Amino acid sequence: MALLEIENLTVSFKTSSGPFKAVDGVSLTCDRGEILSIVGESGSGKSVAMLALMGLLPWTATVTADAMRFDGRDMLQLGAKDRRKIIGKDIAMIFQEPMSSLNPCFTVGFQIGESLRIHLGMGRAERRERAIELLNLVGIPAPEKRLNQFPHQLSGGMSQRVMIAMALACDPKLLIADEPTTALDVTIQAQILDLLVGLQESHGMGLILITHDMGVVAETAERVQVQYAGQKVEQQNVRALFSDPHHPYTQALLSALPERATRHGRLPSIPGVVPGQGDRPAGCLFSPRCQYATERCTREAVRQDEEFGFALCNYPLKDGQPTGYPETAEAAP
Amino acid sequence: MLRFFLYRLALVIPTFIGVSIVAFAFIRLLPGDPILLLAGERGITPERYEQLQAVYGFDRPVIVQYLDYVAGILQGDLGTSLVTKRPVLQEFFTLFPATLELALCAIILAVVIGIPAGVFAAVKRGSWFDQSIMGVALTGYSMPIFWWGLLLIIFFSGFLGWTPVSGRISLLFFFEPVTGFMLIDSLLSGQAGAFKSAVSHLILPTIVLATIPLAVIARQTRSAMLEVLGEDYVRTAKSKGLAPKRIIGLHALRNALIPVVTTIGLQVGVLMTGAILTETIFSWPGIGKWMIDSVGKRDYAVVQGGLLLIASVIMIVNLAVDVLYGFINPRIRR
Ligand SMILES: Nc1ncnc2c1ncn2[C@@H]1O[C@H](COP(=O)(O)OP(=O)(O)O)[C@@H](O)[C@H]1O
Ligand SMILES: [Mg+2]
Repeated sequence: MALLEIENLTVSFKTSSGPFKAVDGVSLTCDRGEILSIVGESGSGKSVAMLALMGLLPWTATVTADAMRFDGRDMLQLGAKDRRKIIGKDIAMIFQEPMSSLNPCFTVGFQIGESLRIHLGMGRAERRERAIELLNLVGIPAPEKRLNQFPHQLSGGMSQRVMIAMALACDPKLLIADEPTTALDVTIQAQILDLLVGLQESHGMGLILITHDMGVVAETAERVQVQYAGQKVEQQNVRALFSDPHHPYTQALLSALPERATRHGRLPSIPGVVPGQGDRPAGCLFSPRCQYATERCTREAVRQDEEFGFALCNYPLKDGQPTGYPETAEAAP
Repeated sequence: MLRFFLYRLALVIPTFIGVSIVAFAFIRLLPGDPILLLAGERGITPERYEQLQAVYGFDRPVIVQYLDYVAGILQGDLGTSLVTKRPVLQEFFTLFPATLELALCAIILAVVIGIPAGVFAAVKRGSWFDQSIMGVALTGYSMPIFWWGLLLIIFFSGFLGWTPVSGRISLLFFFEPVTGFMLIDSLLSGQAGAFKSAVSHLILPTIVLATIPLAVIARQTRSAMLEVLGEDYVRTAKSKGLAPKRIIGLHALRNALIPVVTTIGLQVGVLMTGAILTETIFSWPGIGKWMIDSVGKRDYAVVQGGLLLIASVIMIVNLAVDVLYGFINPRIRR
């Protein structure tokens, strides 16, 4: 049994204009020692899905799932109190904005030590020792000095390292990194990714890496899951996904990569945006932006099997060509 | 931090000069003549009047009077009351503890109730609790102090007979002031019932004086908390598996307090003006009542000196709040 198993997760928000499904029937698994990447443009429901697992969504959210098991425990049945014993200890999460994710009023040492005290009951001296060890682990020089510093004295990259140290404090089995490098300088991005992958290997953790950047996926992940407008549209191993994407959305994401674009001369982008509340089309959610969309796509989207990476597409791509595509395709309205 | 402090300190000087001018001018702009008022119904002969004008120096040009006054201040001499003939500074220090005791009790009450009320209202945003707290706070904020004080007196003193109407302690008790704080002195005196009497005299004035600061602090705490609760670091705290009590009471409140402390500091000025009315309503023998009485008698020296001293108290407290602010906000502390 995998470390984390989520089946058919749906999250819907109460809003003033009615319910809004931010996550729609997403399934995923992540095992110990594995890196799963979730890719998709912003607004695809990647963060919301993970926040649902952590129990961090506001009360306006309704979470349903056929199963949500972590380490053999049913997270759906867990009360708030029992869940708090797991999150921050066995499942840890880091976020997109490292600078604002640290509390400006407390020192680095305090914020790292907090988890150690709450979850492991460590005493003062022990906490300090462990905090220094953790800061060393995430590559922060002069950790003794950093312990007494406040977040405003740290750079973005440094803050993210501190966030990682905090997340690793209790040796989690699963680390969720939600766009951990998006807010950082390009030069720092690679360092943080290397650090995360290195730590994942040395600790044997599961790592769920959320990103909107296929470049990040290429460098790190083993398994990739592509998400669009709250739905999982494709899932493959990273190598297979890059060589033969089955969903037109994946193909579009890949052709937006700078190194691929050179072949075409200029950087293509996917026209349009992820539909949000109110502008979700009927049928396939990607159809308004899809170059292969037909009239059928405005009515339904079928889930393919493993051969086509479970693509949610009526005409999944094979070697760049849509299969089962009608001879005389009428263009979608 | 030191630079920050010195900068604030430097701002005190122009404020002080401004206040001295305003205080000096204010009392002289009021119609009414101190010597005539002093003479009362008996009247006074023109010769005697001129003689007294010369004695008090009122016959000199106003600018000379002002410079003379400032020269006195610089030597620590705030002048002498025309009415009691005692030095203004001495009168101030005799009466100030009464006001300080009242103001301290009021601000403590306002903080102790206002902050938790604001926190709960924010956490339970939109609930009936939140709405009633904020409704009450709005009412309290717009409450005319005089009317509110009289209402409380009518109900608790008149109708229920629970609390005394005026003064600091029952006339049955007498002891020499040691600290000037009636609560402490009554305990030190060892007289049975003295402390209880002091408390019962303090309750209503404290409530009246605390009303506006309480309302302001509760509202400010609520809005600061609402803002902070949406911050990323609160999500981080939740993701660490901390208990809600710790997240709200430590991670969020610690940040929300930064603007609230500033608000509390600003309430000191409100408290001083409120004290003037409150002391008048309850015949509380503090500097507020002293000021009102002196304005009535056009006691120039007392009014201008008293206003200057009250302004000094406000400035000192604000300075202390600035320093405290520097301490609780790590981004200013260096
Ligand atoms: N608290 C919320 N209330 C209502 N809608 C929300 C809330 N949080 C997120 N959403 C919506 O859910 C969708 C998915 O958001 P998110 O998971 O943050 O996207 P991603 O992380 O993939 O960029 C977005 O359309 C967003 O507007
Ligand atoms: Mg996101």
